[in-house]
Amino acid sequence: MRYSILFFVMTAFFSALPSGQADAQLIAVKADTVYTMAGDPLINGVILIRDGKIREVGSAATVQIPENYQVFEAPVVTPGIIDTRSVVGLAGIYNVPHDQDQLETSNPFQPDLRAIDAYNAREDLVVWLRNLGVTTVHTGHAPGALASGQTMIVKTLGNTIDEALVDSVTMVAMTLGPGISGNFGGNPGTRSRAVAMIRAELIKAQEYMNREGGSRDLKMETMAAVLRGEIKAMIHAHKVSEILAALRLQREFRFELVLEGGAEAYLVLDELKEAGVHVILHPTMTRTRGETTNAAFTTAHKLAEAGIPFTFQSGFESYVPKTRVVHYEAAIAVANGLSFDHALRALTIDAARFLGIDDRTGSLEIDKDADIVLWEGDPFEYLNRVCTVIINGQVASDSCL
Amino acid sequence: MIKPVILSVFLFLAPALSTAFAQDRPMAFEGATIYPIASEPIENGVLVIHEGRILAVGASGDVRIPSDAERVDAEGRIIMPGLVDTHSHIGGGDGGDRSSPLHPDVRIMDTIDVRSDTFKKARTGGVTTANVMPGSGHLLSGQTIYLKLRDANTVYEMLIPDENLRDGFAGGIKMANGTNSLRQPPFPGTRAKSASMQRELFIQAQEYRQKLQDDDDTTRNLRLEPMVEALEGKRLIHFHTHRHDDILTVLRMQREFGFRVVLHHVTDAWLVADEIAEAGVPSSIIVLDTPGGKLEAVNLLYKAGRYLEEAGADVAFHTDDSVTDSRLFFRMAAFAVRDGMSREKALEALTLAGARMLDLEDQIGSLESGKHADFILLNGDPFSVYTHVEQTWIEGKKVFDRSDPDQLPYATGGHEVYRGDFFDHYQTGGAQ
Repeated sequence: MRYSILFFVMTAFFSALPSGQADAQLIAVKADTVYTMAGDPLINGVILIRDGKIREVGSAATVQIPENYQVFEAPVVTPGIIDTRSVVGLAGIYNVPHDQDQLETSNPFQPDLRAIDAYNAREDLVVWLRNLGVTTVHTGHAPGALASGQTMIVKTLGNTIDEALVDSVTMVAMTLGPGISGNFGGNPGTRSRAVAMIRAELIKAQEYMNREGGSRDLKMETMAAVLRGEIKAMIHAHKVSEILAALRLQREFRFELVLEGGAEAYLVLDELKEAGVHVILHPTMTRTRGETTNAAFTTAHKLAEAGIPFTFQSGFESYVPKTRVVHYEAAIAVANGLSFDHALRALTIDAARFLGIDDRTGSLEIDKDADIVLWEGDPFEYLNRVCTVIINGQVASDSCL
Repeated sequence: MIKPVILSVFLFLAPALSTAFAQDRPMAFEGATIYPIASEPIENGVLVIHEGRILAVGASGDVRIPSDAERVDAEGRIIMPGLVDTHSHIGGGDGGDRSSPLHPDVRIMDTIDVRSDTFKKARTGGVTTANVMPGSGHLLSGQTIYLKLRDANTVYEMLIPDENLRDGFAGGIKMANGTNSLRQPPFPGTRAKSASMQRELFIQAQEYRQKLQDDDDTTRNLRLEPMVEALEGKRLIHFHTHRHDDILTVLRMQREFGFRVVLHHVTDAWLVADEIAEAGVPSSIIVLDTPGGKLEAVNLLYKAGRYLEEAGADVAFHTDDSVTDSRLFFRMAAFAVRDGMSREKALEALTLAGARMLDLEDQIGSLESGKHADFILLNGDPFSVYTHVEQTWIEGKKVFDRSDPDQLPYATGGHEVYRGDFFDHYQTGGAQ
């Protein structure tokens, strides 16, 4: 008896630990089809999880489930879904000033704003995405400023930023296009002015990098890190002129560019391919108006055919629904020509490699974090629910949604 | 009494429509799985249409195919009625302005752009009839218009005749409560004030109705004429309402004045499904990927359809395009099914239930002989992401064909497929 009480206390203690740390949970996952994203799918696959990590993966014939493991079963299992561009946690469900921290409008160029200082790990939108199988999110400041701030990578589990955090400064969120003007009293007022303002800041950053001594400048520190290639510049651009301006800036200043958005990317496939740029494609179902009037359901397929690396995003929504769901967006791309395999890769291992976290997540391989989603069937089908979500080896959700 | 309806436009147009859109020869679609909605699905079914109407629906062998009929092989396809969107903002129209919270005299019909790409877009999702709504942001945004998404040169060619209404064509009234219309005066600042202002309008309409009954020569009142039609049950009120208490406020007002009402959005329907069912009031719901985006939408969950179905209330869906995309209307129904709504009820909610909520159930919404030949061909299960609408037919005329490379882009998008709104730095406040 005394032991069981001790066990209860220990369990409570460990479950209160930061989710990134090990606990003693022993879990086995069985599925008709396991998409490991490392080789062919396993038929009748088994995954063993201990201390938050994947310890064994294989067919039921080769992997024995020890008796003391809690067993979960599903028709289909995939790695945790990775959303490569969101604002959840900074943007909240109520859409009132109190819960909207994704865009500060006192100045159009603020690369110094840190995402970690505004992330609400208990945000309902984060919980919603977690329950639908999104286990990792690249989130942070929104489009709408020349530089709105930084982004970061979090797991969707944990009650504090420190528990959730995977990478604290991942990219600087930048934007080209008319969407900026209304946020800053008409300045910048044209596309050319916006590019001129960004060039001026980058030249200042070059000078800051090369100077000796002097006081710290948080904006310039961040931009110097961009110029050194330590963090990426993620430029939100949709129209051809804006996409080409982003490529031109990249050629001039030699930073690591990520194109985010890309509603007209299909018109400049050769240019994107030559620049070797990764595209975080706009949500497939984005509304076709304003900058995205020319968006197409078929763009993901065209990027894939052209051999351009890309991943999906939930993006930013100013109204209802307050966030999109990244694999719902991928599903519409699959229904419009993209292969099932390519879409699933883009949501898992390709996303992990792109974000530089494939040593931890993105595939079901030994010693990686146990980030696992159990589905009722084909993950892209409308009717197939997510029934169990495991993050860092912990059962993060166990009811079908 | 309101004077006899003014139908001059319609008396002229209505016969012209039926000939313009009719096929000379009957057509028979054979071998498809047919979902008539009003009856059980038919394997290996036959749909026969002629002169814009459905001639017959049934199993192969049970249906007489006229000897001169053009026969179409539809094997492997699903044929079902064209979708009825009970709440849409396609067509580029507008409604009431900011001068008043109540605009019963404003007709969206006067502002529809029949050449809008949004109509072509909606047809690729299988939509054949839409209730196009003015607004929002008012207690009453104006008169709505029910449109058939026919190819048209003028708005008259899209209208649906309704001889019970003074203007002669079918439409409703768009109202709203909750936070939607709360703002600075002359708009209301609270929910109670909203209800008071709406009740006041209905009371004025009651008094005007009495005047009309007492005196045939009463001066016309454009604001109150449509409200009298609402009081007499000839014009439905489409009431935007989200929160459970706001829903009950609509039901309370409906009991007081006796108008016929359709609840719209009905986010908290799953909290008051029994009250809605008991009132016998239908609900046109929307399903979104994620709750939130405004305070009233934080309970917007996939389960509202299931709860209303279980309570025995009538349910339809709407796109609220551009809140959701008409091209993906089936997707919304699929998410309701994902959370337990029956497939049968969800299909009815896309078609016949919507027709009922527009008083058009005698003409559209199901595949039955005598009804309009409004139907769609699908290449698979309606609730699968992989299924596409292959063809959309309205009154016997094909208005969308996915196999036509010139038409496919209306379904998928692309460069200069949709005109969209003018969008540049001037519009967003730059380059002053």
